[in-house]
Amino acid sequence: MPTETLPTLDDVWAMLAEVPDPEIPNLSLIDLGVIRGVELADEGGAVVKMSPTYTGCPATDMMKLLIRERLAAGGCRAVTVDIVLSPAWSTDEITERGREKLREAGIAPPVGRSTDKRHLLGETPDVACPHCGAADTRMLSPFGSTACKALFQCNACLEPFDYFKCH
Amino acid sequence: MAALTHDQALFRYLLRLGDTAHVLCHRLGEWCGHGPVMEEDIALTNVALDLIGQARLFYQYAGEVEGEGRSEDDLAFLRPERDMNNLLLVEQPNGDYAQTMARQFLFDSYNLLLMQAFERSGDTRIAEIAAKAVKEVAYHRRHSAGWVIRMGDGTGESHRRIADGMAALFGFTAEFFEMDEVDRMMAEAGVGPDLGALREPWERDVRAVLDEATLDWPDQGWSVVGGRLEGRHSEHLGYMLAEMQFMQRTYPGLNW
Repeated sequence: MPTETLPTLDDVWAMLAEVPDPEIPNLSLIDLGVIRGVELADEGGAVVKMSPTYTGCPATDMMKLLIRERLAAGGCRAVTVDIVLSPAWSTDEITERGREKLREAGIAPPVGRSTDKRHLLGETPDVACPHCGAADTRMLSPFGSTACKALFQCNACLEPFDYFKCH
Repeated sequence: MAALTHDQALFRYLLRLGDTAHVLCHRLGEWCGHGPVMEEDIALTNVALDLIGQARLFYQYAGEVEGEGRSEDDLAFLRPERDMNNLLLVEQPNGDYAQTMARQFLFDSYNLLLMQAFERSGDTRIAEIAAKAVKEVAYHRRHSAGWVIRMGDGTGESHRRIADGMAALFGFTAEFFEMDEVDRMMAEAGVGPDLGALREPWERDVRAVLDEATLDWPDQGWSVVGGRLEGRHSEHLGYMLAEMQFMQRTYPGLNW
């Protein structure tokens, strides 16, 4: 039997950093903060623990598929993706790099901490325009193109933009 | 009837939660492409998406607790009308947008109290589901309450429509607070709240929003119960299930 090197834990993490979020593809699953842990299993297997962003997020199944494909291509022989509900994912887990990537895609990252209920229930948050940086913006609709976003418009440059809701 | 075991009661309890979320999700989905404005069309399908996610988690858990190999799809698509245990309110037809929003607000306000109670559930899995769902439901309530206020405190026409919607539906809310042996067992085991105790905070929340909307308390002196506990439904559910379950029953095991 030919000898081959099985992927290490670091290799698996590096591969996961290349798996895109199906809905915001310039963000990786690592940037999004949904990967909760990785373990190597016997004989080249890997177990990835992942949390859904939203209860009904239709991208969850797609993410599982993309993880299995990428890890299989990288030499993992058996890939299991376990869904972890607790602790619930929140927007606090989007990394700094992820926030920067969101801005680059024209999406305003979540403002504040998810534990601050004001952002969820109270007044509309102050969201800076991801295009021109102006602070003078307004919410057009609390629901946007996907379950995780609201629709805003900049009063300075007049561009509409998606805002990643703080949840 | 022999006494229920904890798991038998939990199974029924989970089905009721799943059925209510699933049926309301389907009703909201009927608005897709028909919303009064684009933003609201998107809003209702976003809310429906959250509800189908919650329904799936309750059905999946129910299937595991039952232990007979039934999947979430089996539970959603292969149970007849009399086996469905959703709240009667959520199966009521959409009517106009005001009636849809009246239905949504009456339910969201209740569902938020329920999910807040489930966050403290002694059943770890339910507490985990609620930890996520509570934020989604809070967002739904904020949206539907905003529309009740906007329409009630709007023009004569919008006021009339939301008042009519509330009056047509309020009699179905008595069911929120009913308890049978299953509910009592779950309350005693620390899985769920005493549903009767939710009435007071619910009425307080609804009253505050109705006051701001300049709407009267919509109690018309009638109430109907029996859907969630006994599977006795209004005629509307059968038509909905016929459409919802057609594909699975005609082509068993069909997949996307």
